Amino acid sequence: MMKEYSVIGKPTPNVDGPAKVTGEAAYTIDMTLPNMLYGKLLRSPYPHAKIISIDISKAEALPGVKAIITGKDTPGGRYGLWRRFRELSDQECLATTKVRYIGDPVAALAATTEEIAEKALDLIEVEYEPLPAVFDPIEAMKEDAPTVHDEFPSNINATRHIEWGDVDEAFAKADYVREDRYVLSPAHPTAMEVHNSLASFDKGTGRLTVWSSTQSPYFLQQGLADALKMREGDIRVIKPHVGGGYGGKNSTMPDSISAALLSMKTGRPVKVVFNRDEEFTATEHRTGQHMAIKIGLKKDGTIVALEIKALTNGGAFTALGATTLYLTGTFGTMPYKIPSYRYDGVRTYTNTVWGTSIRGFGAVPAKFITETQLDRAAHDLGIDPLDIRIKNAVEPGYEAPGQYTFESCAIKPCLEKMKERAKEKWPKLQKDEGIGYAAFAYMSGGIFNWIDTPYAYSSAHVKVNIDGTVDLYTQASDIGQGHNTVAAMICAEELGIGIKDIRLHLGDTAHTYTDLGAWGSRETLMNGNAIKDAAAQVKNKLIEIARLKLGENIAYDLVAKNHRVYLELRPERGLSYYDLVKDAIKANDGVPLTGVGHYTPHNKGMISPAYGMGVLAIKVKVDRETGHVDAKDVLVVHDCGQVINPLGARGQVEGSVHMGLGYGMCEEMPMDQGMVLNPEFVDYKILRTRDMPEIEIIDVPTYEPNGPFGAKEAAEATIAPTAPAFANAVYAAVGAEFYSNVLKPEKVLKAIREAEAKQKANSKAKK
Amino acid sequence: MKQQLNIVVNGEAYDLFIEPKTLLVQVIRDMLGLKGTHQACDSSSCAACTVVLDGKAVKSCSILALQANGKSVVTVEGLAQGTKLHPIQQAFIDNWAFQCGFCTSGQIMGAKALLDENPNPTREEIQEAMDGHLCRCTGFNMINEAIRDAAKRLQEQKAAESGRVA
Repeated sequence: MMKEYSVIGKPTPNVDGPAKVTGEAAYTIDMTLPNMLYGKLLRSPYPHAKIISIDISKAEALPGVKAIITGKDTPGGRYGLWRRFRELSDQECLATTKVRYIGDPVAALAATTEEIAEKALDLIEVEYEPLPAVFDPIEAMKEDAPTVHDEFPSNINATRHIEWGDVDEAFAKADYVREDRYVLSPAHPTAMEVHNSLASFDKGTGRLTVWSSTQSPYFLQQGLADALKMREGDIRVIKPHVGGGYGGKNSTMPDSISAALLSMKTGRPVKVVFNRDEEFTATEHRTGQHMAIKIGLKKDGTIVALEIKALTNGGAFTALGATTLYLTGTFGTMPYKIPSYRYDGVRTYTNTVWGTSIRGFGAVPAKFITETQLDRAAHDLGIDPLDIRIKNAVEPGYEAPGQYTFESCAIKPCLEKMKERAKEKWPKLQKDEGIGYAAFAYMSGGIFNWIDTPYAYSSAHVKVNIDGTVDLYTQASDIGQGHNTVAAMICAEELGIGIKDIRLHLGDTAHTYTDLGAWGSRETLMNGNAIKDAAAQVKNKLIEIARLKLGENIAYDLVAKNHRVYLELRPERGLSYYDLVKDAIKANDGVPLTGVGHYTPHNKGMISPAYGMGVLAIKVKVDRETGHVDAKDVLVVHDCGQVINPLGARGQVEGSVHMGLGYGMCEEMPMDQGMVLNPEFVDYKILRTRDMPEIEIIDVPTYEPNGPFGAKEAAEATIAPTAPAFANAVYAAVGAEFYSNVLKPEKVLKAIREAEAKQKANSKAKK
Repeated sequence: MKQQLNIVVNGEAYDLFIEPKTLLVQVIRDMLGLKGTHQACDSSSCAACTVVLDGKAVKSCSILALQANGKSVVTVEGLAQGTKLHPIQQAFIDNWAFQCGFCTSGQIMGAKALLDENPNPTREEIQEAMDGHLCRCTGFNMINEAIRDAAKRLQEQKAAESGRVA
């Protein structure tokens, strides 16, 4: 039975709303400091080259130029998100001996105006000796391929193997086996606010403050400490409002490092802002990859074996690519019972800009191949696409050996509900219309600790003041997903007060306890648990005092709700929250009530303590003459546990579907010899308002025992099924098969012609 | 050679001397310090910097400030009356029509120009008018709903005001 909450589950407008709709919300890009300088980076025009010499004399002589640094002027620290295995901390402040991709920074400078800074860049003379370069993962693995990092002579950056059951035996016994190969294009997250940082070095104390457009102040603090060889405690990172992340702002990037170094050199604040071209060519993207998939089924549609292989084009550095590689292997199995499974993933270094964990964290390629192949298998076996998914769907308590366990789990009810609603919603299809389905599950925060933190994964500090107002301090990040609102709601619910009573202090490493940031849909569950823990400590103190004052039988429970603490069974017997707070602070020798809560998942497998899941359907209409596909309608049925804020949860699904549909329809990063060919919004197509179908969302709520108030993720799950559901809809409409994403009209047209030729050949053979 | 720019921004008259190549967005953000107007691209293709110039929505990165000489500009900072939000702003909040908020000022100013011209637009008319506005968070549907909600609020407000006059 669902509990009745006063705050949780109620549609709650964004607490940052007034600031964001009036233009008052300050993003890093809006910030300046007195005496501030403007920094710029000089980037390599070569994908792979030795740096022979850098002559800064002419640039230095330009009036207004205050400092120039090159690789040899940096402290030489290597950094990266994979701090646990230091050899994967493969980035350097500025390239020292060689450049590894087009855009690799070789120098940084600070000047009094942006214009002077730009002019000065042109005056720096760099002599390069171009080296043979490698751009494709298959080429990179060849014996005579150029080496991107000397420490990795094979160019193999990471490998991941997952296996359970006897895969070969299961395939041998299967009634039906199908193998397919795929090539998936890279895509860019394209946050609206570019990467930018403002650094201010305090000459007196030797401490550094950095404001940055980041998803994780903690990660940035660690990255800066490693790169600059400083103590992390001497670095304060502040995250103002952030104009979008989607996975592209987890890594420490050259903007913050250069701003810091230039500020340390000049003693003045320095701001570095990337332009949109730099954003596309030199910041992190969703990795392109080659994939192979083999599935074995019984005649009745039961999956008996699955094998997936992935070869990803990692680019110049690791970032979260190694984790993405692993998660592609695990999300490829969800949400199905796979009795035997084998995954082999290889991530190669190449001389391109590097890939990482963009929204969906490995699930996006995994779901594209598994869901499209499953539809073709269902078609071959004469089984309905939803029925084959229902047949194989996991049940609560399902364990993938050694990998993950689903505790709350309503995938079957979601699929049943989809079957019922799709029939109602789309009773009849017109010619060349089709409906495609894809099922999914996704983590509620990751268990992995590549960052090597000794701290709890999330923590929060709650302070209650004499008037009952609350200060909530936590490092958790709102990057637009609405976590500030969720944080306030969870704190308010636990204390039995309103969100208006809570003042938020988030995303500042100096003033808050650690949280690992916004990635892997982790904040609601992980930070939510920490906040709930902190608030519960305060609440319990109030309850203790109320119990003493009320003098009731200890057998009766007290609850905090609606600014009162009262007997659950006799609500009229209670005391005012405000009075109790005053008493408690007086009883505490005048110290405000505080609670420090934390959360770290324990013994919850390899991936996550909880999984959001569901099924997504798209109806399309295909134009057989032009290959244009119109996405008409989207229907999502999902289980994200107890929804904290229905407005925010819907926003997350809408946004995920938008980005997922872009992956399926139009988003790609063509490269030539390592150069990104479409580094502007004019050429990099993201879907516009006219392209977006309406989305119907149906919740199938569950209670997740590991989440605050039963909540789990709702943020990223629906990106992964969107592109395969779209491809499956085209397949259902016209029989066209796809072995890659980005279903542009020319690709669709070609696939339609192939399908028609196949049908003709089949009917001839039958005759 | 710097030139004189006379411009009214959010009802305030400014008399500035600027380089002729200065863009309107640079005057707004850098000279007047109105940082609510954002820029998300360098190719006039995102519409985050949209402001209302003499009643029309324009991308402030796409015109020279001098082209706005003698004209009146409204930015996102000019919509609220004191502490009272404009109905479009309130509708954006109530409909969760933004997430990161970076493109929001441009969306709101685009919506303002649209609703001034067409007080009761359909979903399709909004899509057409707002098609140049990029957003990476919302998927647009909730923005569209907010604009229709704002239209309703503005009409109700107008009805209430005319009722008062009568």
